[in-house]
Amino acid sequence: MFDDLRDLYQEVIFDHNRNPRNFRVMADANRQVEGFNPLCGDRLTLYLKIDEHVISDASFQGSGCAISTASVSLMTEIIKGKTEAEADALFHQFHQITTGKSEDIQLEAIGKLAVLAGVREYPARVKCATLAWHTLDAALKNEAKSISTE
Amino acid sequence: MTTFPIEQIRADFPILSEKIRNKPLVYLDNAASCQKPQAVIDSIVQVYSHEYANIHRGVHTLSVKATDRFEAAREKIRGFINAASHKEIIFVRGATEAINLIAQSYGKSKFQAGDEILISAMEHHANIVPWQMLCQQMGAVLKVAPMNLQGELLFDEFEKLLSAKTKLVAIAHMSNALGTINPVEKIIAAAHARQIPVMLDGAQALPHMQVDVQALDCDFYVFSGHKLYGPSGVGVLYGKQALLESMPPYQGGGDMIRKVTFAETEYAGLPHKFEAGTPAIAEVIGLGAAVDYLNRIGLDAVAAYEAELLAYATEQALQIKGLRIIGQAAEKGAILSFTLDRIHPHDIGTMLDSLGVAVRAGHHCAMPVMDFFEVPATARASFAMYNTRQEIDVLMAGIQSIIEVFG
Repeated sequence: MFDDLRDLYQEVIFDHNRNPRNFRVMADANRQVEGFNPLCGDRLTLYLKIDEHVISDASFQGSGCAISTASVSLMTEIIKGKTEAEADALFHQFHQITTGKSEDIQLEAIGKLAVLAGVREYPARVKCATLAWHTLDAALKNEAKSISTE
Repeated sequence: MTTFPIEQIRADFPILSEKIRNKPLVYLDNAASCQKPQAVIDSIVQVYSHEYANIHRGVHTLSVKATDRFEAAREKIRGFINAASHKEIIFVRGATEAINLIAQSYGKSKFQAGDEILISAMEHHANIVPWQMLCQQMGAVLKVAPMNLQGELLFDEFEKLLSAKTKLVAIAHMSNALGTINPVEKIIAAAHARQIPVMLDGAQALPHMQVDVQALDCDFYVFSGHKLYGPSGVGVLYGKQALLESMPPYQGGGDMIRKVTFAETEYAGLPHKFEAGTPAIAEVIGLGAAVDYLNRIGLDAVAAYEAELLAYATEQALQIKGLRIIGQAAEKGAILSFTLDRIHPHDIGTMLDSLGVAVRAGHHCAMPVMDFFEVPATARASFAMYNTRQEIDVLMAGIQSIIEVFG
């Protein structure tokens, strides 16, 4: 029935929405930032543990739509073990892919995050996918306690 | 339902034959904005093609013609809500601007520090934020009358909050997020017994029921044109003449003056005192055409038809496991706000859109209402006189499919 939406709602997204990874409070986190999308009410808290510029652990809590939940769940998986610089580079790649502003989009560069590339056809939903990453950006810069997509 | 000319009405709205994502449009976002009948579209084409010039100024033929059309629209709207005089019909940008006007003109000139404005727990942000801004400016206090879990105003609690300090009651006639129709007659009687004026936010109510401002005896009534099958960018502030006379202008400029020197300005009389600058000329005339259209169908017939639609939609929705209706007031307009277990309203909105069904997903500019029901957002199907049972069937089948794919 939802054939038109296959690019947006891939099975991986349903899977992460049903069973979000790293969905827990992290007691010993050294970075903690709230992300909020006032338009849809998506709300998340991102926890990071950064040792010597390496993200040794990442987790989150919160509630949101399937796109935003899958996005943050996938993000916590993929950034674990990455350096801050690598995670920052991923943020910029992800942003380009989801907003479709780059002419030469290279989906292979972002691995399984590519399942979220479909949002660029749905302008109303781009913020759902990027909320997690803007929250990560704030956490990496260590400059905000909460960020908003508005 | 058989006597209501639904096929004819649907044919009057050209957009209803559009395809969305290759599916017939099922437009259920009427509480956000209604679609426009051909008569309204034609009236705007007519103005710009044959009758347009600035109003109230020129001696030339077109200006006189445009002024006549504009003032004729004011008279139509006066009749539509049965105001006593055309002087009580002030054109503004919408209900939001009307409330800001009341706050900044009436409130600022008459309230003092410690005075109270009483609203309800189910207000749209447009009937919260202007009062908060005024409270910050004046040291006035915003009081909120609570509601129950059905989304009904707790009238006894409301009455207890009326005090010598209360200077205005400002309340939604019908809630946009819940559909609740408030007991405005009782509210007005209770407030007037204490000499407190009442403002009704009629943005949601007016498209769905006959409103007579004199019978209600409300002091202010505000509404938007675009929710009344008219153009966007125009709305109306109704106020009792004596109140409007006692209020200072809201904005200064052309059209609201009688005489200007650099030393002082003498203001124009009502309604022009509150209409600074060139108004939305074509939009006002278009709103007049919308009122003519609604009068031809009759709001009582509309109300009866929509009540049947809502009853049918509610009955169907209650059969869906995991669906929770937000807002189950006994007195309710044609709004079905709902959530689904473990499925976010934004996913519902996107998926229904792929089936051609337009609903609103979000907080509906009523974040305190979402907080009260402890939901981040809801999906909202809001009906208009051109919707049908078949469209509700498409909506319900869509909801069932969403539940299936989410598993």
